[in-house]
Amino acid sequence: MKRIATFIIVVLVAAGIMAWSTPGLLNGVRLGLDLKGGFEILYEASPLEAGQKITKQSLTRTAESLEKRANALGTSEPEVTTEGTNRIRLKIAGVTNEAEVRKKMKEPASLTFRSAEGCKAPAENAQPKDIYCKVELVGSDFVENGASVGYDQLNQPVIDIKVKDKKKFADVTKRLIGKNLAIFLDDNMLSDPTVRQELTDGKAQISGSYSIEEAKQIRDTINLGALPLKLTEKYSQSVGATLGKQSLQKTIEAGIIGSIVILLFMIAMYRLPGIIASFGLIVHTWLLILVFVWADFTLTLPGVAAFILGIGMAVDANIITNERIREEIRNGRSITSAVKAGNKSSFRTILDSNITTIIVGAVMFAFGTGAVKGFALVLIVEIVLSILTNVYLTHFLLSLLVKGELLKKPKQFGVKESEINAL
Amino acid sequence: MHFKREFDFVKLSKPAFIFSIVLTIAGIIALSAFGLNYGVDFRAGSNVDVKLSKNVTAEEIQPVLSAIGVAKEDAHITPGDQRVNIRFTKVLQEDQDEKLKAEIQKLDKSASFEINTVDPEMAKELGRNAIYAVLISCIGIIIYVSIRFEWRFALAAIVALLHDAFMVVAIFSIFRLEVSLTFIVAVLTIIGYSINDTIVIFDRIRENLRFGKQKTREDLAKLLNHSVNQMLMRSLYTAFTVFIAAFFLFLFGGESIKMFSLAMVIGLIFGAYSSIFIASPLWLLFKYKQKPNRKAVKPSKA
Repeated sequence: MKRIATFIIVVLVAAGIMAWSTPGLLNGVRLGLDLKGGFEILYEASPLEAGQKITKQSLTRTAESLEKRANALGTSEPEVTTEGTNRIRLKIAGVTNEAEVRKKMKEPASLTFRSAEGCKAPAENAQPKDIYCKVELVGSDFVENGASVGYDQLNQPVIDIKVKDKKKFADVTKRLIGKNLAIFLDDNMLSDPTVRQELTDGKAQISGSYSIEEAKQIRDTINLGALPLKLTEKYSQSVGATLGKQSLQKTIEAGIIGSIVILLFMIAMYRLPGIIASFGLIVHTWLLILVFVWADFTLTLPGVAAFILGIGMAVDANIITNERIREEIRNGRSITSAVKAGNKSSFRTILDSNITTIIVGAVMFAFGTGAVKGFALVLIVEIVLSILTNVYLTHFLLSLLVKGELLKKPKQFGVKESEINAL
Repeated sequence: MHFKREFDFVKLSKPAFIFSIVLTIAGIIALSAFGLNYGVDFRAGSNVDVKLSKNVTAEEIQPVLSAIGVAKEDAHITPGDQRVNIRFTKVLQEDQDEKLKAEIQKLDKSASFEINTVDPEMAKELGRNAIYAVLISCIGIIIYVSIRFEWRFALAAIVALLHDAFMVVAIFSIFRLEVSLTFIVAVLTIIGYSINDTIVIFDRIRENLRFGKQKTREDLAKLLNHSVNQMLMRSLYTAFTVFIAAFFLFLFGGESIKMFSLAMVIGLIFGAYSSIFIASPLWLLFKYKQKPNRKAVKPSKA
């Protein structure tokens, strides 16, 4: 009786915890953009100047800068990740003014000081960017958030900027005395004053006939963070919130229908052990959601697909165990020893087959990007959880029932007396 | 359910081999003749999916496209049930997609959009990565299975796995089904499932090999048949349940994973089939080779 009591307590407590926590957990799952709407852009970074190299540091700084911009625009939880050596993936959810955000993100807002040193003689009506081909100072040479609006002697608004390395600026200006030093914001020339003297205080001024509003705007653009690298959109996806919700809903519906059919099949096939297997599968699903919430994984559509298919694969562990037990019974073993032997030998089978699948999953995770990575992650987590629930938990519950003598007839395992071979 | 009599899988493997070889050749011909029907992910341009509250016809959408300055031949409209898909052969410019949204919202206020702009390089790269992933997985599987079993099992399992993956690609090529990024994910899953299914049967062969000495070819064939028969119900049940999961996804799942589920359904059937009819008999063939001459063949890392 003690065993039956343990069994009932384990099942009731587990069921209670699951019933109590599931609604909260479901709300806590972080959904991917394809399920809740939003947009995703994959940028490819290239150096501002030809011949320069992209370093890990510059890529990370660009990503940080993008995140700052996204935050400044008031989007919720922007996700910026670097990929490989020259890519940045940006995900922003629930944006209403998508076009504006996108434009702001893409605006490289890179402030550069350029000179015409060593450039080809400008052709007639050449663009300023062709005239000033040599970049002397780039965005990262200026003090972050260092731009401010000031006034010149004529009370015209100007933008003051500060250079980080005074010596470098002094060297540049010394070299260019009498020549022009053009100030560019991206490819637009703001001004090209002539250098009169060596500037040693690290301060520069952008003047033009700006109104105060224009000056403030330029200041903000500069302060938003100059990107150390130039970005081009390689791939973009934007999902409307309704469409995302519909996909999620449909997929979950399909999953629930499929799961119910599978559970009914297990119970019809294996009777009481089938019910235990079904219980194991439900715990398995609950744990998977739990891991998602705790580890703060993002659930995407391929993830949902892996999730539902994984349930089908987790069933395999139960089928292997139960078929093995049946086999042992047919070979004339007693129920107790059949369950013991069945649990033991099926464990090795399940472990070997699951480890090979984990190897595949791990390789996918290491080499995949985006959708493939998300899918592989769910697959790996699911297999590990499946070993916990559909092997350890169900084996434990099953042996409790056998020891408690609730399961003692071959019929309860779906084996007919006539099939049993005498030892 | 329990079969009293045993099926002779060794005998059945001959027609199965022929069937698989024929299908492989057909697949190679189809692939080299017309390749794959690449979806949006593999072609440059923009893809727009719109969910609407009513059905619209291509004729209703056409003026919208003219309004945003897209020529008729540069866009392909596929209306569906309360949704419409517009495929642009050129990438939509930023202001264009905003205009498009505004124009369609004039037709239907509650329209919801999914806009994808694709650089085919990205998709191709993902495909390439997937192929590398498969090859590296194969090496991983060979190492693991060679340690836990022996190299013959590893080799047979790899052949079956590549067979399954190729069959899905071949069928998608023959029936001109659309290949998107999720297709790659599906093929990778099939590989995972296929190896899982095969190893379970191999595990039983390994177990049976421990009892008794198999001297002749007949002994080995008998052992194989017995092992596969022992695992037959498990193979059928498991294939059935996983099939159910994938099939319902295909039937009721969202539009975006329909093709994914279809690839899964096809792959699962082949995965279950190849474990029994390809992997196991192949192992037997390799094992036959070992028997007559006593010198064991050196394991090769193929």
